[in-house]
Amino acid sequence: MPTTLTNEAAIVGIGQTEFSKNSGRSELQLTAEAIKAALDDCGLTPSDVDGMTTFTLDTTDEIEAARAVGIGDLTFFNRIPHGGGAAIGVVQHAVMAVATGVADVVVCYRGLNGRSGQRYSAGVAEGVATSDLIHWSWYMPYGLMTPASWVAMFTQRYMHEYGATADDLAEVAIATREHAVTNPAAFFYQRPLSKQEYYEARWIAEPLRLYDCCQETDGACAAIVTSVERARDLKQKPAIVRGVAQAAGADQESMTSFYRPSISCLPEMDLVAKQIYAQSGLGPQDLDAAVIYDAFTSIVLWQIESFGLCGRGEAKDFLKGGTLRREGRLPTNTHGGQLSEAYIHGMNGVNEGVRLVRGTSVNQPKKNDHVLVTAGVGVPTSAMILGKE
Amino acid sequence: MSSDPKQELERKLKAYVGVETGPPTPAPEPVNESMIRHWCEAMGDENPAYIDAAAAAGTVHGGIVAPPTMLQGWTLMGIEMADPAKMRKNKQTELHELLSSYGYTSVVATNCDQTYVRYLRPGDRLTATTVIESISEEKATALGIGYFINTRDVYRDQDGAEVGSMLFRVLKFKPAQQPQAAPSATSGGAPAKPTRLKPPRGHDNAWWWDALATGALPIQRCKACGVLRHPPRPMCGACQSVAWDHVFAKGGGTVYSYTVLHHPKFPGYDYPLVCAVIELDEGTRIVSNVVGCAPADVTIGMRVALSVAPVDGGMTLPFFRPAGS
Repeated sequence: MPTTLTNEAAIVGIGQTEFSKNSGRSELQLTAEAIKAALDDCGLTPSDVDGMTTFTLDTTDEIEAARAVGIGDLTFFNRIPHGGGAAIGVVQHAVMAVATGVADVVVCYRGLNGRSGQRYSAGVAEGVATSDLIHWSWYMPYGLMTPASWVAMFTQRYMHEYGATADDLAEVAIATREHAVTNPAAFFYQRPLSKQEYYEARWIAEPLRLYDCCQETDGACAAIVTSVERARDLKQKPAIVRGVAQAAGADQESMTSFYRPSISCLPEMDLVAKQIYAQSGLGPQDLDAAVIYDAFTSIVLWQIESFGLCGRGEAKDFLKGGTLRREGRLPTNTHGGQLSEAYIHGMNGVNEGVRLVRGTSVNQPKKNDHVLVTAGVGVPTSAMILGKE
Repeated sequence: MSSDPKQELERKLKAYVGVETGPPTPAPEPVNESMIRHWCEAMGDENPAYIDAAAAAGTVHGGIVAPPTMLQGWTLMGIEMADPAKMRKNKQTELHELLSSYGYTSVVATNCDQTYVRYLRPGDRLTATTVIESISEEKATALGIGYFINTRDVYRDQDGAEVGSMLFRVLKFKPAQQPQAAPSATSGGAPAKPTRLKPPRGHDNAWWWDALATGALPIQRCKACGVLRHPPRPMCGACQSVAWDHVFAKGGGTVYSYTVLHHPKFPGYDYPLVCAVIELDEGTRIVSNVVGCAPADVTIGMRVALSVAPVDGGMTLPFFRPAGS
């Protein structure tokens, strides 16, 4: 019988540093602190770890992180490309390693000085050292160089086709902020966002205003993946991976897939959804809460549609009546998301997904059998469904 | 992992919010025509209502009035401001000293908003009161991390009636390490004017930029099956042929989507900047700028026409402007 990824592995430990605008220490140190916290959380020790995985964008090598924490021999190490699209990809690769016996305990991590160090809002530049240098040549001369500007281009077309409005984007920003208000770890702790403030904030790239855009944060997160069997002996209630997948769509560019028949949807996230529903035997009606990657407000709408929570173009209606809020149909980004908690490239969302399953979110919904967690969009992406034992 | 000194500082800062900086400051002399004239000469303001008594008599004011922007000047300390030893101590100087003692040693004024209730006339005697209205949380800025301090001055006349007010914002900050200034590209001359970023060139795209430089917009075409493609790639995704040539776009297109960019502003570009995905009449799409109309006039579905033009820095780019304009 072929190996499956369903119910084979669980996230057993999570750790994070504080989130700040100026950590005052290296990304390596942040990473080591987050990994140590995740190990302490589940009661494992560095010597239990034999696998490491992170983002290609991370500046901390797997072996550097391992050495810093005192992790010894490794039988599995790898990297996932495409920025925030890797957030659940790292979990998928960890689950594959555990399910196939390649590794026993895998650390997924991401650490960045995203505010005091290299800022993604600073845009791509002539010197960008990636193999897709040529790809950026089609955008740089015109000034289309930042994540906000790329996402704005898709957002304008989406709003035009389906009649979504700034009010709908505001609802995502405000609902997410409402969660951060009660989360002491969040940058916007105790600072609610009014609709007036949302509208009065400056334009970044029309139709995106300031609060449609996530923050830039210094910090690190780590999550520990091991087998469901081993998970039962550890300190925390396991968050079992029911389904996990990656996908790239046809005619995909990294952030600038402007050449597809439609640019008002996410073919790669549609493909991720199809896979994780098939693996888990679950459907949109089974999702009790969600962590939906929110580098920008509009991308939350498209993912809601990708996961079949409503029809194409209907996310604006799905949102209405507080759907994403604590008492709503699908409490979403209960930590405050990347808009209002911190931008750790989706890995703070992994930690929140685990807390939701454990029942320990600061904004814990009553029902938490199945929690969706997604990764960055506009790029090849990934997602998972976590469940209780 | 909170830093205690910061918490301690922020606790101390709270005590200053809402506080009057000191007793009311009376203007050293009444509003007068000489100072108005000096101000107008310095500012190049030739409005007769400020400087020509006869002409001013015929205006709605019935006589000379002071330029409203002089508001703060009437009560501002004079030349002694330049000497720290002579600065009068008050709650505001105390607040700045407190921040300096925690390493926030630099200060820069960032905003000044004045509100005017009425014109001031010669003979008016002003008094100013200043309140520390708010202090921000610690902010990271390009200059360094620091705190924004808002003060509000209220100006009253001899009858105690408010004639205007001013919101003044400063950033008290820890100066960031400034990188060494890069030597200018042109030896000894003025620094080179920033230009648009040039596209990185390689095997798969250099030919396109060279063809564009002839003044027309090339579209790659598969020699085997004739399918057009953009951006250029070495192999045809439809038939896998690596043989290709190109055609030139006739120049008509439609705005498929667009965004008006405001922030951040990169050197070499003019803002607000309209970037758009243009669907060419040939069927391929291309990212470019829409020019020749106000950003607010750009719409999805708008017909546009191509123009290929040189830009600063020796590069040629395609632009699109409203069709028929």
